[in-house]
Amino acid sequence: MQDRKLDGIVLRTQGLGKQVSSPEGQLTILDDVDLEIRAGESVALVGPSGAGKTTLLALLAGLDQPSRGQVWLCGEDLTTLDEDGRARLRGRRVGFVFQSFHLVPSLTALENVMLPLELAGRADAAVRAREVLDAVGLTSRLSHYPKQLSGGEKQRVAIARAFVTRPEVLFADEPTGNLDTASGERVADLLFGLNRQARTTLVLVTHERDLARRCDRVIEIVAGRLVT
Amino acid sequence: MKTLAWALRSLARDLRAGELTVLVAAVVVAVTAITAVGFFTDRVARAIRQQASAVLAADLVIRSPEPVARVFLDEAHALGLRTAEAIAFPSVVLAGDEASSLATIEGVGAGYPLRGEIRVSTQMFGTTTVADGVPARGEAWAEPGLLGQLGVDVGAAVQVGTRTLVITRVLEYQPDQNPGFANLAPSLLVNIDDVAEMDVIRPGSRVTFRQLYAGEEAALAGFRARVGPRLGSEAAFRDQKDAGEQINAAIDRAQGFLTLASLVTVVLAAVATAMAARLYALRHLDTVALMKSMGATQVFIERSSLAQLIAIVLGTSLAGSVLGYAAQGVLARLSVGLLQIELPPSTVTPAWLGVLTSTTVVIGFALPHLWALKRTPPLRVLRHDLPPPALATGVTYAIALGALFGMIYAIVRDLKLVGVVVGGLLALACLAGLAGFGLVRLAARFRGVAGVAWRYGIANISRRGGESVIQIVGFGLGLMVLLLLTVVRTDLLAAWQRTIPPDAPNYFLINIDPPSWPALRKFIEGELGGRPSALPFIRGRLIAIGGIPVQDLAITDPQGLSFIRREQNITWTAELPASNAVRAGTWWGAGHRGEPQVSLEEGVARGLGVSVGDTLTFNVGGEEFTAPVTSIRHVQWDSFAPNFYLMLSPGLAEELPQTYIASFYVAPEKRRLLNSLVRQFPGVTVFDLEAILAQVRMIVDRASAAVQYVFLFTLLAGVMVLLAAVQVTRDERRFESAILRALGADRRTILQGVAAEFTTLGALAGALAAFGATAIGLVLAERVFDLEFRISPWLWPAGLLFGSALVGLTGTLATRKAVNESPVVTLREA
Repeated sequence: MQDRKLDGIVLRTQGLGKQVSSPEGQLTILDDVDLEIRAGESVALVGPSGAGKTTLLALLAGLDQPSRGQVWLCGEDLTTLDEDGRARLRGRRVGFVFQSFHLVPSLTALENVMLPLELAGRADAAVRAREVLDAVGLTSRLSHYPKQLSGGEKQRVAIARAFVTRPEVLFADEPTGNLDTASGERVADLLFGLNRQARTTLVLVTHERDLARRCDRVIEIVAGRLVT
Repeated sequence: MKTLAWALRSLARDLRAGELTVLVAAVVVAVTAITAVGFFTDRVARAIRQQASAVLAADLVIRSPEPVARVFLDEAHALGLRTAEAIAFPSVVLAGDEASSLATIEGVGAGYPLRGEIRVSTQMFGTTTVADGVPARGEAWAEPGLLGQLGVDVGAAVQVGTRTLVITRVLEYQPDQNPGFANLAPSLLVNIDDVAEMDVIRPGSRVTFRQLYAGEEAALAGFRARVGPRLGSEAAFRDQKDAGEQINAAIDRAQGFLTLASLVTVVLAAVATAMAARLYALRHLDTVALMKSMGATQVFIERSSLAQLIAIVLGTSLAGSVLGYAAQGVLARLSVGLLQIELPPSTVTPAWLGVLTSTTVVIGFALPHLWALKRTPPLRVLRHDLPPPALATGVTYAIALGALFGMIYAIVRDLKLVGVVVGGLLALACLAGLAGFGLVRLAARFRGVAGVAWRYGIANISRRGGESVIQIVGFGLGLMVLLLLTVVRTDLLAAWQRTIPPDAPNYFLINIDPPSWPALRKFIEGELGGRPSALPFIRGRLIAIGGIPVQDLAITDPQGLSFIRREQNITWTAELPASNAVRAGTWWGAGHRGEPQVSLEEGVARGLGVSVGDTLTFNVGGEEFTAPVTSIRHVQWDSFAPNFYLMLSPGLAEELPQTYIASFYVAPEKRRLLNSLVRQFPGVTVFDLEAILAQVRMIVDRASAAVQYVFLFTLLAGVMVLLAAVQVTRDERRFESAILRALGADRRTILQGVAAEFTTLGALAGALAAFGATAIGLVLAERVFDLEFRISPWLWPAGLLFGSALVGLTGTLATRKAVNESPVVTLREA
């Protein structure tokens, strides 16, 4: 599949399916999903609650394993990698932004942004983290703990943390879902701005039509199947 | 390197943020407690051993029937040891032309005694004072018994061999006076330089030469190692361990109590640590999932967790040991007045106990929880409802308990004690777990009965199911220890003190001629107000076991060897004396007149390799007789009753020439009348046990005081468990109270609910704790400390009240902050 990457495809799925056991028997969450996303493209995954958007995002990022089918991320078949292999791949290529921010409460804003660089063993973690926090307008909040930040500020720290490793692919799960309209817009501007600037591929799950419209492509999922 | 750097940085951040406070505090308390106990007991035990030295007159003695090489004294001086010499031998003492008596002449040199003191008086059974030095040349100090037999008083001249001496003091107490009966004749203490001039020591005389040494433990050990191989076959070392069974038994019990305290502390700390680690792990699930989403591998998480735990072990060991050392310093200063012992400086050895404790507790009880973190699914970053990775609880805790058991055993080296305490705590934990489930189910039925606060509180208990059970176990263990340390401790110590009743016999009479016994008995009962008990007494030698001569048997045990080499004191009685308990076989019973039987003390039976059913052959005064062993006895040596290794059934030896041994209590004000006893019954030898009795009483009292102090730390560990148990539901409570307050509940109602919940949990845990404390107290008393234990009627009400009040109060106070916090802050954080 290396040739696919050369063609500019960073994410590809083939016959992707996910089933889980439930008291009512096997439940199909995703069924036969074929998808290709090109480098630098921004894609919104939309659909009603329970349609399988977040499950698809988890499978694309290698956070979960499919019941059927295959996923290629940056040319590597995730289904052939074990958990550590997938983790290493994510560490090199992927960034995340979550609806509930997922900042570590015991770390300051600066330390939260340094975290992925430190995990990668980078010596310049503090310098790089400061730069990115400057870029998201949080220079004055470096030593603040998450509980001292507003929702919008928390998400900006999370975006800084996602971009600090210069990932090829950025996954965002409802990045503005927990924010008011004004903060949400500011966060979205930042996300798309950095995306363009760094030429990152952006895959985001959202309920918000305005946010989805700002993406190059909108993929709608209903009952586990792609309809667009 | 990358992992290590990350691990340490992340640990520092967690510490700064207070994420590890409970865990680290629990381990530090454990290490502080164990090292404080370690340092302190090290000092107290050494001080108590020094007390034993006082009984021995030295720290170390070489005894020999031949003169001991003087070069040993020089070597001892070179090592910085103090020395003294003594010679003892039996000889006839003459007073005037008529009176004479067999006495043990004790020639002592300058410096004697190196430990302890000689007590003398100016008249028989008069007020005693501590002697200043040893008798001057030409002077002698005589025991009351000798004065009685000679019919003389202080100031009289006596003759030993060719040397005339003036009696200047009555010898009331002298260290190294074996309260056994081997040394039958009363003593005459003289200056060692006078011995040569007596001209009584001839080749073949029964002389015991002694060299006494005292000083630093290391120097003594070095001296012993150097000199040991060069001692002749007849010479032997004696040290504190040989100071006499009574003292040893008291010291063993004291150490038992002290080690019990440290043992319980360790178990509690382990429980607190496990609870804190579980909480830490639960709080870190999201962080680990996040790290995994950022590329952290399982190996990375595993290694960084391990590095962090090692750092915690090192840090807590150091901090705890330093605090422990400081704490024992304060403890020692506090106890100066109470303990009345000058404590020697502590060794550094107990610091290793700190490292061992921290390692076992952290690796055994915290690691499993942190280890499980590596299996946190990364998907948790998107799906927060995913359950935490399962802990293989059974296997994990089995290993942890194994490690704990091993560590405690390494410290106390008493399998029975460890088994009782660890087993008891484990049984209580299981019982508390089961009872917890019961309560949780029961609570659901009562939720409609009470008012709103109780309904909320009780509903919480059943809703939190698993957490409630964990809390009940934690509270139960914590409370049980508190009960053990308050109610049971007092009972155990009281039971210990009861082993030496105020009217324990303080005088022994030996050499009582049977025909004179009725008159003597009348005198003791009438004049002295004593209630004497007497036993017949012969001396005999064991010559064969199972028909095989003892010299042909391969006996290597020191106690066994010593037993067959000497004549033994033998008695016969129909009734089993109160200070004896049959451990194997059966006692012949009152009125037995059948075949002759033998009962052996358990230590000797072990040393000889003899069990019930074996036959023993004795030689008594030239006559031989054989009898089967029908019982093995445990003897309470510190009972101060006449105790015997060998007892016969009545009838076997009654025809042999015998004397009686009697013991009784004489009140201090009647002691002077012993003078007339000695004069009326000159053949009888009086042994004054007052000094040794006082010594044992003092050891018991001082050790009890030390134990009380030591238990303070155990109490602290118990409180840590309670705190850790309260913390278990803290986060959940914060969130709940924020929601309830946001919905309009006032703080008072929420706090009342919390109080109701903790009070109910505390009452149940208290009842369980009372049960556990009773059971452990009983087993400890009867099986380990060999004491008669009475269950305090206060234990159960105390458990219930103490439990509900303490847990209710602590829980409510600890949760108050969470309840008071602004709901906005809490909900925004969520």
